[in-house]
Amino acid sequence: MSAISEKLYRRRRFKNGVALVLAGAATLFGLFWLVWILWTTLVNGIGALKPELFYQMTPPPGSDGGLANAFFGSMLMSLLAIVLGTPVGILAGTFLAEYARRSLLGESIRFVNDILLSAPSIVLGLFVYTLVVKQMGHFSGLAGAITLALIVLPVVVRTTDEMLKLVPSQMREAALSLGVPQWKVTVQVLYRSALPGIVTGVLLALARISGETAPLLFTALNNQFWSVDMSGPMASVPVVVFQYAMSPYDTWHSLAWAGAFMVTVFVLCTSLIARAIIARRKVAND
Amino acid sequence: MSTDQALPAGALSASADAVARRADADRRADRFFRYLVTGAGLFVLAALTGAALSMLWGGRLAFSTFGFEFLTTTDWDAVGKKFGALVPIYGTLVTALIAMLIAVPVSFGIALFLTEVAPPWLRTPVASAIELLAGIPSIIYGMWGLFVFVPVMSTTVIPFLTRYLGPLPIFGPLFQGPPLGIGMLTAGIVLAIMVIPFISSVMREVFLTVPTRLKESAYALGSTTWEVAWNVVLPYTRSAVIGGIFLGLGRALGETMAVTFVLGNAHQLTASLLMPGNSIAATIANEFSEADSDIYLSSLIALGFLLFIVTFVVLAIAKLMLMRLNRNEGNR
Repeated sequence: MSAISEKLYRRRRFKNGVALVLAGAATLFGLFWLVWILWTTLVNGIGALKPELFYQMTPPPGSDGGLANAFFGSMLMSLLAIVLGTPVGILAGTFLAEYARRSLLGESIRFVNDILLSAPSIVLGLFVYTLVVKQMGHFSGLAGAITLALIVLPVVVRTTDEMLKLVPSQMREAALSLGVPQWKVTVQVLYRSALPGIVTGVLLALARISGETAPLLFTALNNQFWSVDMSGPMASVPVVVFQYAMSPYDTWHSLAWAGAFMVTVFVLCTSLIARAIIARRKVAND
Repeated sequence: MSTDQALPAGALSASADAVARRADADRRADRFFRYLVTGAGLFVLAALTGAALSMLWGGRLAFSTFGFEFLTTTDWDAVGKKFGALVPIYGTLVTALIAMLIAVPVSFGIALFLTEVAPPWLRTPVASAIELLAGIPSIIYGMWGLFVFVPVMSTTVIPFLTRYLGPLPIFGPLFQGPPLGIGMLTAGIVLAIMVIPFISSVMREVFLTVPTRLKESAYALGSTTWEVAWNVVLPYTRSAVIGGIFLGLGRALGETMAVTFVLGNAHQLTASLLMPGNSIAATIANEFSEADSDIYLSSLIALGFLLFIVTFVVLAIAKLMLMRLNRNEGNR
């Protein structure tokens, strides 16, 4: 009898050991790819960095140049996307948290927003293509910015909604009992308290759109030259990286690595800053 | 009060007027603000509906020309103007399936490690590092895949697979083919790496919601860590774990750039996972600028519509499953 239970015990111990070792191995597996991918980007990217990147234009096939117009295009479109997407996102998040917290409409908007958050960005690109590009008759930086704004929107809605929910209701009640109208309570009391969270949301959205490639292929397209005209095609770093990486030229490959490196550094720094803001807020609240 | 006495009689009614005007203005401003936020909320609904309708509209030519055959035929002929979506649909499903086969067990392992096994000081940094993977833009995965991972696949992994798995009776044909490096298997592995952080972070978060007393009861009865994870934690969080898996699946189905780099853009239907193929998203990204006829463009937008419907359903299931855990928690 005891021999059997001894055997059973050993088998259970063995199974446990195997499972835990596998769990550790899975974690190493995940970290392994992270290190490999970042290392590749770092080595190839730093090797390709040079000052010309920032003041020369994207070159014709086979020759050397920089990425100045792509950096500028990405900056312009991302900025406009944030400017377009953030206010609408904050207002919609306010609607969810303050005006429709438990209503059917609020729940369905929250549901749709969460789907929009994970929906393939390529679909949004096609949407803006039929809505803007086809109507205007040509690709444009404006259409690219609108697409990116649609990616910003759900991120900002979600964080605003969650951050406003975290604001204690005593604050609302205190302000309302003084006779302050609700819009003023929202703008001057709640937004102030939720500001770090909302800023984090905007930064996360910025990190997300700076690497977006697919939807820009059908909206902003690309432009080999310097352009400040938002109504015409516009270059962006991810699209240039895509085009150059797929080409057979070595000089283009090296430019693509430089662009990829810059995008990765920017995205990771932005999300680290976003995390730091949230972490500081948590400490301050404790 | 002293101030009342000092004021002339008319001033009192004037200040009452001012208060009433102020209240009126406040009410108007409140109403305006309510309209504003409601409008913004409805805009979110409109964005999703608009996306669906615009693609249905853009794809109407393809749907009306090819009808149901659009889903069941494999032709993709820009010159003959004959389009069928079976190859990209097949490629999307197969690459996503490979990705899930790898990512689900790995993510479970990571979540288990980070909630039950690892020493507490190790948990936060490792979890942040894994989540860092989710932040890397997909185009970086694509470039890394094309320039670094594909050569490794073609020189090392694929010859190994062909040699040892190729001769097997049933699974054999999946692993036969030239060692090109690009293809369904490579795309599936890259997708798996991309969705692991999404699935594992959902799993980790829901594992943390399991009440300590449930776990401690099981430990007190002599369970091993694995038995607690498998028989207590997993059943408690089942619906949310499925939700997390579907969230990852939704990502895998719609991922574009990484797949475009390593899939090979070949419109052919093969049993072998080592051959180049195509996915819906990669087809659209590769061919959109080349579409020279209305029917070609319309077919690509119709593909986008199909992708939208599939991901919508998958993500809706994910959301519903995740909501179920929250509701259960509320009841306890």
